[in-house]
Amino acid sequence: MKALIVLSLLGVVALFAEIFKFKKILFPAIILGLLATIVLLTSEWGFDNTYFRMLHMDTYAILFMCLILCTAILWFLFSKNYFDSMSNITDYYGLVLFSLVGSMLLVSYNNMVMLFLGVEILSIPVYVLAGSKKDDAESNESAMKYFIMGAFATGFLLFGIAMIYGATGSFYLHDIAQGVEVKKLEMPGLLTGGIIFLLAGLSFKVAAAPMHFWAPDVYKGAPTVVTAYMATIVKASAFAAFFRLFAACFFTVKGEWSAMIWGLSVLSIVVGNVTAVFQTNAKRMLAYSSISHAGFMLVAILGMNELSTKAILFYSAAYSVASIAAFTVLLKVSEARKSDDINAFEGLAKNNPLLAFVMTVALLSMAGIPPLAGFFAKYYIFTSAFASGYVGLVIIAILGSLVGVYYYFKIIIAMYAGENKVEKINLDTITKTVLLISVALTIAFGIYPDLLLDLFRF
Amino acid sequence: MTGIITVILILIPLLAGALLLITKGEQVKRIALAASLLELVVTAVALFKFNGTGEREFVINYPWIKSLGINFYVGMDGISLLLVLLTSGLVPLIIFSSFNKTIENPSLFYSLILFMQMALVGVFVAMDGFLFYVFWELALIPIWFICLLWGSGEKRSITFKFFIYTLTGSLFMLAALIYLYLHTDGTHSFSIDALYAAGRSLDAAKQAWIFWGMFIAFAIKMPVFPFHTWQPDTYVSAPTQGTMLLSGIMLKMGTYGLIRWLVPLAPLGVEQWGNTAIILSVIGIIYASCLAIYQKDMKRLIAYSSIAHVGLIAAGIMVVNSQGLQGSIIQMISHGINVVGLFFIVDIIETKTNTRMTDKLGGIRNVNPNFAVVFLIVLLGSVALPLTNGFVGEFLLINGIYKYGAWIAAFAGLTVILGAVYMLRSYQSVMLGNTNSVTEKFDSLNGIEKTILVIICALILIIGVYPKPLLDIVGPAVEMYIQNYGVNY
Repeated sequence: MKALIVLSLLGVVALFAEIFKFKKILFPAIILGLLATIVLLTSEWGFDNTYFRMLHMDTYAILFMCLILCTAILWFLFSKNYFDSMSNITDYYGLVLFSLVGSMLLVSYNNMVMLFLGVEILSIPVYVLAGSKKDDAESNESAMKYFIMGAFATGFLLFGIAMIYGATGSFYLHDIAQGVEVKKLEMPGLLTGGIIFLLAGLSFKVAAAPMHFWAPDVYKGAPTVVTAYMATIVKASAFAAFFRLFAACFFTVKGEWSAMIWGLSVLSIVVGNVTAVFQTNAKRMLAYSSISHAGFMLVAILGMNELSTKAILFYSAAYSVASIAAFTVLLKVSEARKSDDINAFEGLAKNNPLLAFVMTVALLSMAGIPPLAGFFAKYYIFTSAFASGYVGLVIIAILGSLVGVYYYFKIIIAMYAGENKVEKINLDTITKTVLLISVALTIAFGIYPDLLLDLFRF
Repeated sequence: MTGIITVILILIPLLAGALLLITKGEQVKRIALAASLLELVVTAVALFKFNGTGEREFVINYPWIKSLGINFYVGMDGISLLLVLLTSGLVPLIIFSSFNKTIENPSLFYSLILFMQMALVGVFVAMDGFLFYVFWELALIPIWFICLLWGSGEKRSITFKFFIYTLTGSLFMLAALIYLYLHTDGTHSFSIDALYAAGRSLDAAKQAWIFWGMFIAFAIKMPVFPFHTWQPDTYVSAPTQGTMLLSGIMLKMGTYGLIRWLVPLAPLGVEQWGNTAIILSVIGIIYASCLAIYQKDMKRLIAYSSIAHVGLIAAGIMVVNSQGLQGSIIQMISHGINVVGLFFIVDIIETKTNTRMTDKLGGIRNVNPNFAVVFLIVLLGSVALPLTNGFVGEFLLINGIYKYGAWIAAFAGLTVILGAVYMLRSYQSVMLGNTNSVTEKFDSLNGIEKTILVIICALILIIGVYPKPLLDIVGPAVEMYIQNYGVNY
C-alpha cells in the first residue's frame, strides 16, 4: 500500500515540477522514486497483506509489480532522450507514473471494481501518450483509434463484470469463485455471458486476435517510446490481470471458457505470426509479433496448473526485456535513417556492431532460440500446456514460433548481410546502459532461469 | 572428480571464443589455433584416463534448474569420447586451413568457430535431455552466422532455408523430449536414464510418435532423404571452413542423436518404424550417389556424396546390431576426416584456379604431381578402398546391415560402387588429361596446405591399416549398448 501511495505521490510531484522549476532533477527523482517503490514492495513480500479487501498483495502480485517497475525503470532510461526534446515533459512523466499506478492495481486487485479502475487508470494516460506527437497525423490517428477501441473494450469489460455480479452476487474474487461453484447451474447463461464479455474486454487489452485490429495501427502511429510502453508494461499488467481473474474466479468452471481461450490463442498465434511475415515496417511487424506473443501467453492461462503462474511471469519478463532492447535499437535506427521500415536495418552491423548485436539477441529471444530467456519462456508455456493435455495446441504453437523465426530473421539477415552502409550511430551512456542491461538480463534469464523462478519460493 | 575434464572441454572453446571477441589484429587466428590445440591436448588426457568399461565416465551432475529437474549432467562413454576426439581433432585443422586467407572481421569468425566447437562438444557429452537440446540449438547459431557473413552466392535465402529447416526438426524433438519428461517418475527429471525409463514405459503407438519427433530432427541434421534439400545449397554457399564444420562434425550430431537419444528412448518405435528409416536412408544413398555423378561443381558433388555416406551410417545405426553400430561410429570419424580433406582440396583448387567446375579443370597432375597423390589418397579413403579408413567403417556397416537384410545390404553396398564412379570421374576430369589455361597456373602447395594434407592422409592410412585403437575405445560401450538397447526386428 505504501508503495502505491509513493508511486501516486511521485506522479503528483512530477506534475508540479514545471511550476516549481525542478525539471532538471525530475528524472533522477523519478528513478529514485521507482527504486524506493520496489524496496517498499519487497518489504511486504511474504506477508500476504490484503487492503480493504480491495487489493491483495500476494507473491504473485508483488512479483508482477516488481517486474513492471523494473521494466518501467528501463523504459524511463530508454525514453529520456525522447522526452528531453519535448516541451511539456513533466506532463508526460506524470501520465506515465499514473498509468503505472493503474498497472499496480491491475496485478493486485481483489475486487472487480479494482480491476475496472486499474484498466482505466492504466489506459487513459496511454491514450494521451499515443497522441503525444501533436503535429504528426499518424500519432493522432493512433491515439484516436486506441481511445475509441479502448472505450469499447472497457464497455465490454464493465458489462462482463455486471453479468458476473448478476450470476454470483459479488464483486470480490473470492466470493465469485465460491458463487461460481454454487450457482453454476442456477444461472448458466449469465455466467457464460459474463465470461465472454470479460474475455472480449481483456483480450482487447492484451491485443489477442480477434480483438487485435487496433494494435498494428496504434503501434505504428504512436511514438516509438510509447509503443514500447504498450508492448511491455501495458501488456504485462493486462496479462497479469487476465491470469489473476481466471485463476482466482473461474478455475473451477474451466469447461466454460477453455474452448474460447483455446480459440483465441490459436487465432492469435496464427494471425499474429502469419501477418507479421508480410510486414515491411518494423514497428508493424513487432505489433503483429506482440499479437502472437499474446497467443502464447494465453496458452499458459489455458494450461492453468502450478506451472502456469511461473510461466506467465517468466514470459512477461522475457518478452518485456527483449522488447525494451528491440525498441531501443529501433528508435536509434529510425532516428538515424528517418524510417522505421525493415529496410532501414540493412547493413546495420557494419558500423554499429553493438546495436546489431543487441537487436539480434532480442529477436532471437523473441523467436525462442536457446539459451535466451525467450526460449525458456516458451519452453515453460509448452510444458505447462503439455501437462494439461493440450498436445494439439502445443503443436500449433510450435509451428507458429517457426513462422516467427522467419520474420525475426528477416531483420537479422538484413542487418548482417545487407550491403548498405549505415553511418555510425552515436549512443549516449544511458542508451548503452539500457542496451547492455537488457541483453545481460535476456542471457542471464535464459542460462539461469531459477534467478526468477526461485523468487516464488519466498 | 574426473568429471572436471568434461567441463574443461566445454569451457576452453567458450572462454577462448569470448576472449577472441575482444581481441583485435593478426594474433586472433593464432589464439584460436592455440585454444583448439589445447582442447586437443585435454581430449588426449581424457583418452589417457579413459578406462573403457563401457560405462559413462568423466561424469559431472550438478543441478542447473532445480525446479524443473534439469541438471548440468555431462559424461562420456566410448561413443561420446570418440566424437569429442573427432571434434577436437578436426577443429584445429579447420582453423589452420584458413590461415592462407584474409578473412574479414577475423575475431568474430574464429570466435564463432570456437563457440560452435563448444556446442558440438556439449552435444556429444550431454546426458540430460534439456542440456542436450540447448547445446543442439546452440550449435546452430554460430554456423548460421558463419554461413551468412562469410558465405557466397544466394546466401540470404539459402541460410534462411537452412535455419528454418533445422529449427523445425529441433522443435519436434523438443516436443518429444517434453512429452517424455512429463512421463518420468515422481518429480520429473530430464536425466537421460529417467528419460530412457519413461520412453520405454510408453506403449507402442506413443513410442512411434516419439520416434518420429526425434527422427525428423536427426534426419534433417544429417540429412537423410527426403529431408536433405537444404544441404547441397548450404554446403556450396558456405565458406570452406563452414562447410567443413557442417559436414565434418555437425552432421555427426544427427547420427550421434540416433544412437544416444532415439534408439534407447523408443525401442518399440524403432521396431515399428526402423524399417522405414532404413529404407529412407538407403534410398538417400542411391539417390544422392546418382545425383553426385552429374555434378560439375566439386563442392556440390561432395555435398551429395556426404548425403550418400551419411545414409549408410544412419542405416547402420538403425539396424541396431554391434557391427552396424561399431561401423557407424568408425565411419563417422572417417567421414569427418575424409570430407574435411576433400573440401580442403576443393578449396585449394578453387583458390589457385578460381573455379571448382570439373569441366573447366584438367591436367593438374601434370603441374603438381604431389597434389595429385594426396588427392588420390583422400579420394580412395572416401570410396572405401581397403587399407584406408573408409573401408573399415563401410565394411562393418554393410556387414551389420547384411545381418538385418541381404537385399537392403546389397542396395546399401551400391554406395561403394557409385562412390567410386563419381569420385574417380571427377578425379579424372580435374587431375588427369591435358593441362589447360585455367590449370597451368596451379603452382606448388605452401607449408600450411602441405601440413594439413599430410596430417589428413596420415590419418586416413593409419586408421585404415590399424583401426584397433578406435575399436577398442568404442567396443565395450557398443557391446553394452546392444545388450541394453538392442532391437529385435
